[in-house]
Amino acid sequence: MMSDKMGNSGLKGWIYLLPAILFLGVFLVYPLIDVFVYSFEEGYNFTSQTFWGTGLYNYSYVLHDPYFLQAVKNTFILVIVTVPLSTGIALLISVGLNSIKPLRNLFQTIYFLPYVTNNLAVGLVFMILFQKTAYTDGFANLVISWFGGPVIDFIDGPYWAKMFVLCFYTIWVVMPFKILILTSALASVNPDYYKAAQVDGTSKFRTFTRITLPMISPMIFYLVITGFIGAFKSYSDAVALFGTDLNAAQMNTIVGYIYDMLYGDSGGYPSYASAAAIILFFIVLTITCINLLISKKNVHY
Amino acid sequence: MKVVLENLTKKFPSRDRKNREDVIAVNDFTFEIPDGKLIGLLGPSGCGKSTTLNLISGLLKPTSGKIYFGEEDVTKVPAEHRGIGLVFQNYALYPHLTVRQNILFPLQNLKGKDKLSKEEMNKKAEEAAGLVQISELMDRKPAELSGGQQQRVAIARALVKMPRVLLLDEPLSNLDARLRLQTREEIRRIQRETGITTIFVTHDQEEAMSISDMIVVMKDGVVQQIGKPQEVYDNPKNLFVAKFLGTPPINVFDASVRGGKLYIGEEGVLEAPGVTDQECYAAIRPEGFVLKEEGAFGCELKALEVMGRDISLVIKNSASQNPALRAIIGSDTPVDVTKKQVRFELKPQKVFLFDRETEERIFC
Amino acid sequence: MDYNRLERSSQRKQRLVRVITYIFLGLWALIVLFPFYWMILTSLKSYGAYNSEYIPKLYTLSPTLENYVEAFTAVPLGRYFMNTVVFTVLTTALMLVVTVLAAFAFARLNFPGKNLVFVIFLSLMMIPNELVVITNFVTITNMDMRNTFEGLILPSVTSVFYVYLLKENFEQIPDNLYYAAKVDGTSDFKYLLRVMVPLSKPTLITVTILKVIECWNSYVWPRLITDDENYYLVSNGIQEIRENGFGRENIPAMMAAVVVISVPLILLFLVFRKKVMEGVSRGGTKG
Repeated sequence: MMSDKMGNSGLKGWIYLLPAILFLGVFLVYPLIDVFVYSFEEGYNFTSQTFWGTGLYNYSYVLHDPYFLQAVKNTFILVIVTVPLSTGIALLISVGLNSIKPLRNLFQTIYFLPYVTNNLAVGLVFMILFQKTAYTDGFANLVISWFGGPVIDFIDGPYWAKMFVLCFYTIWVVMPFKILILTSALASVNPDYYKAAQVDGTSKFRTFTRITLPMISPMIFYLVITGFIGAFKSYSDAVALFGTDLNAAQMNTIVGYIYDMLYGDSGGYPSYASAAAIILFFIVLTITCINLLISKKNVHY
Repeated sequence: MKVVLENLTKKFPSRDRKNREDVIAVNDFTFEIPDGKLIGLLGPSGCGKSTTLNLISGLLKPTSGKIYFGEEDVTKVPAEHRGIGLVFQNYALYPHLTVRQNILFPLQNLKGKDKLSKEEMNKKAEEAAGLVQISELMDRKPAELSGGQQQRVAIARALVKMPRVLLLDEPLSNLDARLRLQTREEIRRIQRETGITTIFVTHDQEEAMSISDMIVVMKDGVVQQIGKPQEVYDNPKNLFVAKFLGTPPINVFDASVRGGKLYIGEEGVLEAPGVTDQECYAAIRPEGFVLKEEGAFGCELKALEVMGRDISLVIKNSASQNPALRAIIGSDTPVDVTKKQVRFELKPQKVFLFDRETEERIFC
Repeated sequence: MDYNRLERSSQRKQRLVRVITYIFLGLWALIVLFPFYWMILTSLKSYGAYNSEYIPKLYTLSPTLENYVEAFTAVPLGRYFMNTVVFTVLTTALMLVVTVLAAFAFARLNFPGKNLVFVIFLSLMMIPNELVVITNFVTITNMDMRNTFEGLILPSVTSVFYVYLLKENFEQIPDNLYYAAKVDGTSDFKYLLRVMVPLSKPTLITVTILKVIECWNSYVWPRLITDDENYYLVSNGIQEIRENGFGRENIPAMMAAVVVISVPLILLFLVFRKKVMEGVSRGGTKG
C-alpha cells in the first residue's frame, strides 16, 4: 500500500510541475541552447531560415562592428560611473535616514518612488528637462545659467553631455533599491555594538568604518554585484532619453545592440545578435567572478 | 571608587497614545555603593534595574538626581569620559574582529597624552586576557567560541582600560545552567582580584544572593530594600522582598493577631507579643517548619519530595491560596507517609508578619 | 574638564550634523520628486503657454486639462492602457497558477527526481533574459504570434525566483497540518487551495505586486513582438508618442500621457507601501 501511494504521488508531483516545466522548457532552456547554435551559424537568413556554414564569423563580425565597439564603450563608462556613485550616495542617504526619526517614513516613501514608475515614461520627463529645442533651452540649462554656465544641449549635443544625462538618469532609477537594502541592513545592526563603542569612547568616524561598514559589508557587496549586472544590461533608460535609434545618437548599449541586430530598421540578424549576447554574457560572468573573489577577501562573515 | 546615587530619577515619555503620563523607570533612587564591592541589582523584568545601570554608565541621562564617582559629580559626564567598563547581556563582541582585536578596540580609541604604544596595548590586552583565562583564544573570532568564552572576552574588553566601575548587564542569562554556576564564581574571583567596584543586574535572586556583597531589590522603579544578601533574606522589609528571595518561595497565609497571639485559620500558632490586634499576612520560610506531633499548626499532607539532603513536604492549608505549599525538613526526620494530616511547630525567626494593606513588615 | 561646556559644544555639533543631514536628505527628495512635479506641471500648461516660455516657468497660473483630453483622443492612450491592464492581469494570474503548482510539488510532494529538477530550476535563475530573448523572438515569429496577446504573455509567465520564494514559504507550514488534512480525507489539491494558499497569502501578495510592477514597466519584449499599435503596451505607446504622436512638439500632451501611465503604479505603491518595500527587499532587483 505504501509503495502504491509513493508511485501515485510520484506521478502527481510531475503533473503539478508540468506547467512550469513546459514554460521553462520552451522559453528558457530551449532558447539557451539555441542561442549558442545561432551564434555559430554563419550567414543565417531569417526568412528562409537557412545558413551556409558554421564557425566563428559572427563573433568576428560583431567584434569588428564599430557600433558594437561604441556600445561596449558606452556600457563600460555607464557601469564604472554609476555603480560606485549610486552605491556611495545610497550609503550616505541610508546613514542619514537611520540617524533621524521625524520625517523618516516620508523620506523613505519618496525615495522609493522611482522604483514604481515606468522607466520609459519618466525618461521622457528627463529628456524634456535636459533637452534644448528651438523654443526653450530647457530646465537644466536654466539651472546652469543661474550659476553662469553656458547653454548645453544634453540630448542632441556633445557625447559627454549625453553620457552625463544617461548616468544621471540611471542613478536616479537604481537608487530606490539600494537605499532600501542599505537602510534595512543598517537598521539590523544590533544597537549594543554602538553602545559598547560609545562607552569605549570610539569616535563617530571610527565607529562607522570599523563597526558599521564591516557589519553591512555583505549587503554592500551584494549591491555592487547586482549593480554591475544591472548596469551591464541597461538599455531602456537610454531609449527613454535618446529614442530608439541609439546607434545614430552614439548612445547604444550592448543590450541595445543585440535588440537592434534582431529587430527594427537594422534588424534581421539573429546570428549576430546571439554572438553579441554571448559576448555580453561572458563579460558579465567574468566581472561577477572577479567581484566575488574580491568580496571573499573583504567581506566579513 | 565608591559610587553614590542621589535621588536618581528617570522618566520616559509615554508611548501609549491614550495615557500621556510619563513612565517612571527609576524613582528617587538614593544609595551609596562602597568602594571595591560587588553589588547585585535585583528585580523582576521591567523593575528599572537596567535603566539604573544605563544611568550609571552614562548611556542614559537622568531626569533628575545626581551620580558621583568618588567625590566627582559625573551626572553630566558623557559615557566615554566616565571610565566605566560595560558588559552586555549578549556580549556585543564585534563579530568581524578576533578576540585580540576586540580587546584592543577600546585602547585604540585613546587619544592625545593617553595614547599607548603598540607594545603597551598588546601587554595590556594580554594581561586582561590572562585575568579571565582566555590567553590561548586570542586569535579566534567570536563565532568560534562557546558562550562562556565569549562572556570572558566581553569582560576582558571591559577591563582592559582598567575602568573605575565595572557594569554587567544580565551577565549570566545567556549561559546554560552549569556554565552559569562556574561563571558566577569567575566573576566573583575577577572582581576580588581587581578590586574594581562592580555592579551587575540580574533577575535571578539565587545568582545575586550567591556572589554579591550587597543586593538592591527593585520593583516598579522603586528600591525595596538594600543590604547584605543574608540580611535581606532574614529580614525582608515587605511582602514583595520576602516573596522574591528564596527557593522554594516563602509560604504566605492569611492570618490574624489577637491578644498577642498569631492565628492562622483558627489555630494559634505563635506568640506575637506587642503586636496590636489586626488581620495580616503571615509568611513562613520553607525551613521554618519543624515536624512535631503536638505542633500548633496543622496542614494537609499532599506529597513528599525527597531531594537528597532535604525532604520537601508538599502541604495545603485553607488559609493559603497556594495549593502546594512547601516545608523543608532534614532528610533524617522520619515522616509517616500514610498520614493525611501533619502538624508543625514554627521557628519564630522564620515567620514574618505583613500588613494587609501596605504589605509592609509588622515587627514584633 | 568642564563637562557643562563639553556637553553644550557636543549638543551644538549634534544640532549642526542634524541640520546638514536634513538638508542632504531633503535635497535628494527634491531630485526624486522634481521630475514628477515637472510632468504634472507641464501636463497642466496649455500648448501655447508652454511653447511661449523660452525660460521655463516653475509654476502655472492657468492650469488646463485639455492635454488630458488630447492624450486620450489624439493617440490611442486608452487602448495602450487597456492592453497593459489585460497583459498585466493575465500574465500575473498565469504566473501565480504555474508558480503555486510548482512550489507545491517541490515543497510538499515526494517524487523521484525531485531534487535533481529543483537544482536545475535553481540554476535557471542565473540565465540572463538577454540570452534567451533572441530565440523566443524567432519562436514567436515562427508560430505566427506576433501582435497577439499570446505572444506577449506566454514568454513572460515563468519566473524561477518566485517558485523558489514560494517553495520556501510553503515549507514553513508545519507538516502536521498536512497529515491532519490527509486523515480527514482532504485531497492534495484541496489542501493546497484551502490551507497552503491562504496561509501563504503575504508571500503571494508580494510576488503578485512584484510581477505587476514588472509587467507594467516591461518594454523590451513588447517592443520586439508588436508593431501593430493595437497591441502596444504603455511603454511602447510612450515611445510611439514620443517619436510620432501629437506632432513631435506637443510636450504638454506627452506629459499628460506620462502622468496617466505613472499614476496606477504609484497608487498601488502608496496603498501597499509596506508590502511593496518588503517584497522588493526580498525579491531582488528591478526587471
